[in-house]
Amino acid sequence: MSFLSRTVNSSVGCKTLMAVSGLALVGFIVAHLAGNLLVFAGPTALNAYAKGLRSYLPLLWALRIGLITAFILHIYAGIRLSRRAQQARPQAYVKRKTQVTTGAAQTMILSGLLLLFFALYHLAHLTFRLTHPQFAALGEFDVYAMLIASFQSPWTSGFYILSIATLMLHLNHGMASFFQTLGLDSRRHASLLFMAGPVFSTLLAAGFIAIPLSIFLGLIA
Amino acid sequence: MRLVLHVWRQKSPEEAGAMVSYRLKEISPDMSFLEMLDILNEQLLAEEKDPVAFDHDCREGICGMCSLVINGQAHGPQSGTTTCQLHMRSFKDGDEIYIEPFRAKAFPVIRDLVTNRSSFDRIIQAGGFVSVRTGGVPDGNALPIPKTAADLAMDFAACIGCGACVAACKNASAMLFVSAKVSQLALLPQGKVERERRVLAMVGQMDQEGFGHCSNTFECEAVCPKEISVSSIARLNREYTRAALLERPSSSPTSSE
Ligand code: HEM
Ligand code: FES
Repeated sequence: MSFLSRTVNSSVGCKTLMAVSGLALVGFIVAHLAGNLLVFAGPTALNAYAKGLRSYLPLLWALRIGLITAFILHIYAGIRLSRRAQQARPQAYVKRKTQVTTGAAQTMILSGLLLLFFALYHLAHLTFRLTHPQFAALGEFDVYAMLIASFQSPWTSGFYILSIATLMLHLNHGMASFFQTLGLDSRRHASLLFMAGPVFSTLLAAGFIAIPLSIFLGLIA
Repeated sequence: MRLVLHVWRQKSPEEAGAMVSYRLKEISPDMSFLEMLDILNEQLLAEEKDPVAFDHDCREGICGMCSLVINGQAHGPQSGTTTCQLHMRSFKDGDEIYIEPFRAKAFPVIRDLVTNRSSFDRIIQAGGFVSVRTGGVPDGNALPIPKTAADLAMDFAACIGCGACVAACKNASAMLFVSAKVSQLALLPQGKVERERRVLAMVGQMDQEGFGHCSNTFECEAVCPKEISVSSIARLNREYTRAALLERPSSSPTSSE
């Protein structure tokens, strides 16, 4: 068997693929947040950043292809492992009592699929601009105006905030689990690695939620 | 003590099973859990009913034969022990107790609470041989092994192969069992020659038997009667990736496939 088929077809390899692609997605999310936080520096800074991103297309496309690949691999591995796991216990317990499993760990496939739904909406909303007809009146790089127009609506802000909360849940388990999957001993570095999930996911979520929330509350306009 | 038991009854692997309730009186808190089931069976025999089939052998926590999920927990509410080491003093008068088999596709029910766990044996077989020196007993310390490695290998060797890790895992994963065996052997010089081949073959067999993957919830560690640490799973993940990278397909005569 080749290295590739070991990685894709075995449970351990597939899970490693999941962790590595998950880390790539986390890397993207961190960079994305850093860029988005420029909204607090005002329209000039944010719009210049948006324009700057598009100034060197080969690099932008290389990053986009990497991101899409990671996303597809992550979803593929997630669905494949979850389906196998479902088949691994055809007869459910009448009574089951867990001792240490967290809610976040129990619902990874659900939170993951909700994130997929959000990602598709998010692309339609701010990348392809299909959801808000009033965007047509704005200049191409007036990202700032687009955000203000969107997040004044309680529905749009609410949906984004709930989706970020879902991301927080997913990474609460994901960022702790990641280390164990890649072979870093969770028991030897217990406190460090276990804090990684909750601390990292909370900081990330706080950063993201600050944006729709500030706009909705009229703190930035 | 008076108890109400809800016990999984299933006539054969093919037939569907169901929970059946029984009432017991005059159970002593000093009885072991399995003695309590013996009493139930005597009562059933007196009523000319079929006794409940359950696995056991040593009844002292070393053979790994006893199983049972008791009130939703593999080996019951007491941590670090097997079902045969559980006593009725862990329960209260009037309690209702749910008793089910270890549930997994790879552990099919033979009858009632007895499951066929030979998938574990096939994983061990897939691991293959260890090139040890045969002939006379080697001199002590002829083969230097650091004390830390020997101690750690011994911790992993404590696994009795009962399958509680599978029973407790939401994915019915055998990772704690397989990782304990892989880690134990990977730490010792005698097993080094087959190090890569062994981990690839054992994980391959584990997947083939239909066990799920590891979601890192660590429920297995919480129920393990021998308290095997999930650090063995991290070690297995390392061993596997390393072996998959080093493997040269079909070039080596010891390759498993
Ligand atoms: C879009 C759809 C997504 C799906 C369907 C999905 C699904 C999953 C599943 C099923 C797991 C593993 C749970 C298990 O082992 O039982 C997982 C783990 C993980 N996910 Fe996702 N996820 C998605 C999106 C994301 C995103 C956007 C990120 C990052 C920002 C992410 C980061 C991670 C990480 C770091 C792990 C941990 C890997 C490990 O357990 O070692 N996921 N995901
Ligand atoms: S009967 Fe041997 S370990 Fe329980």
